Amino acid sequence: MKASPVLLLIALLAVSTAVRAADIIGTITLKGTPPAEIPITPLMDNPDCAAMHKTTPTTHFYVVGPNAELADVVVLLKGVTGKSTGATAPPAVLDQKGCLYEPQILAIQTGQKLVVKNSDQCIHNVHCTPTVAGNDEHNDAQMPGGADLTYTFPQPEMFLKFKCDVHPWMFAWVSIIDSPYYCVSGPDGKFVIKNVPPGKYTVEADHRKLGSQTQDVEVKDGNVTANFTFEVK
Amino acid sequence: MSANAQNYNSWLHRFIVVTAVATFLLLGLGGLVTSHEAGMSVPDWPTSYGYNMFALPIKFWRGGAFFEHTHRLLASAVGLLTTMLAVWLWFRDSRNWMRWLGVLAFVLVALQGVLGGLRVTLHMDNLGIVHGALAQLFFVLICVLALFTSRWWKNSVAAVCDRRSNSETSTAVADRRCSNLRWLVLFTTLLIFGQLILGATMRHQHAGLAIPDFPLAYGKIWPDTGAFAVARYNADRIEVISVNPITAFEIELQMVHRIMALAVFILVAAAAWLSWKQLGGKNPLAKLAFFWLALVFVQILLGAATIWTNKAADVATAHVLVGALSLATGALWCAAALRHLEPMSCIEPAGTISGAFGAHPALAANK
Repeated sequence: MKASPVLLLIALLAVSTAVRAADIIGTITLKGTPPAEIPITPLMDNPDCAAMHKTTPTTHFYVVGPNAELADVVVLLKGVTGKSTGATAPPAVLDQKGCLYEPQILAIQTGQKLVVKNSDQCIHNVHCTPTVAGNDEHNDAQMPGGADLTYTFPQPEMFLKFKCDVHPWMFAWVSIIDSPYYCVSGPDGKFVIKNVPPGKYTVEADHRKLGSQTQDVEVKDGNVTANFTFEVK
Repeated sequence: MSANAQNYNSWLHRFIVVTAVATFLLLGLGGLVTSHEAGMSVPDWPTSYGYNMFALPIKFWRGGAFFEHTHRLLASAVGLLTTMLAVWLWFRDSRNWMRWLGVLAFVLVALQGVLGGLRVTLHMDNLGIVHGALAQLFFVLICVLALFTSRWWKNSVAAVCDRRSNSETSTAVADRRCSNLRWLVLFTTLLIFGQLILGATMRHQHAGLAIPDFPLAYGKIWPDTGAFAVARYNADRIEVISVNPITAFEIELQMVHRIMALAVFILVAAAAWLSWKQLGGKNPLAKLAFFWLALVFVQILLGAATIWTNKAADVATAHVLVGALSLATGALWCAAALRHLEPMSCIEPAGTISGAFGAHPALAANK
């Protein structure tokens, strides 16, 4: 069989790009002492929810490791838009468990399905409150054992809030990114943005409370490191 | 017994008082809905979780839904009471203007119900402000209807303004002072209504406490509202319930609310002092003015307590309720002054009931 020169060229380009794509890695740390988290006492005042907890859960705005590693920071490539692969990406999951949203910080792509589950034996209302035009507000009751709810958002938006008005201490933030180049830092403060094509980028790190930081990087042949330090003033 | 006393309908009056009490409780439940951030806990309307509102299984009356659902049920009851009231007034009250006030009450309660529903189904926070303000007006209307159907209203005679200094002042001067007092109370009542709208706006930002300390504001007389400072305020506060980040606008709104509270207190104190001076301490209007002053004082304490308790739902709701009572008291004073506080030049010497009606062309026409 004779290979087409055009197909050969495309294959070569694809292989070349795949080889040259690299990861942007880094660690987020926190300098200073954050405000103390607060016990969620209203949760324990609600019999349905208290039954699912042995101790009073606390808020977790500042999830900080033993060496000041900072979790729940959304890291993305600033200004990279229109590259979303959300339509074909597997759905992301936001669960309601023990009358708390899990996870509290999540990032997905534009057009990607977000599945909201109710793992509790009580009713919740899933109320998302976007602030960017084009992303619709929804407020849906979800019975215990009820079907999953699925949402998609066409416009990029940072920290779109999901809440439950039946249990007002329940809230989560979902960031909608218009490209596949993002991640959320883990409990060890580390993040990896995978398969970034060569080029110059601005890496943006956003924390719900501490605001935003940026750093310029250039991706060439190997992985690039970009560490961030947030400060509590 | 005079003709007007014979027209007194005690059952109608009692019915309106019951409606006013039910409305006051409804205001409290509405306050609890907002204080608990529960306004959207039942996403559908007029159904509740897909059920007929009146048949929602009790197992769903939990958390925020308890406040929202009971608010809807009590609102339905107040709607029914108001409809009955309007019909009763229309067929049984001989005063044409009272009939139309009954119709107005019906229109307001219907509008209020629709506004509450649309606030839920259209996801419009700002409609909550209108809903809250209209609720206050409706409560005032029911209160004055109760006054207009009371035995006191039918029987009372006009008091002579500036009675204490009658011998020293001319009729014209007394009339002017009387008029000034009425305008002062009316202006103050309107200012209180403006203050309540400010409060409703603050509550419907759903941002919690924009300023967490009192009497200072972020440790200063006037807080820094620059972008950097606001970012720091937000970073420092840990929210247990779902509230929006605060903005400079909300901080400034609370500062204006504080300043207006001081202005209201000074004006109500002035109204109380002038009432006592011009009408005498035994005059019902003077007594009402001092009750008003006490209410505003309690209201200021409740406002401070709302901050000191980090906006505890019951304290914040008590603040809403005493605000409503303050507004209604000012409005009742103004309404009672129509009957009880006449310019001297308008008073007939005999001071009879018919003389009091005669002082009001509008009332006299419908006597």
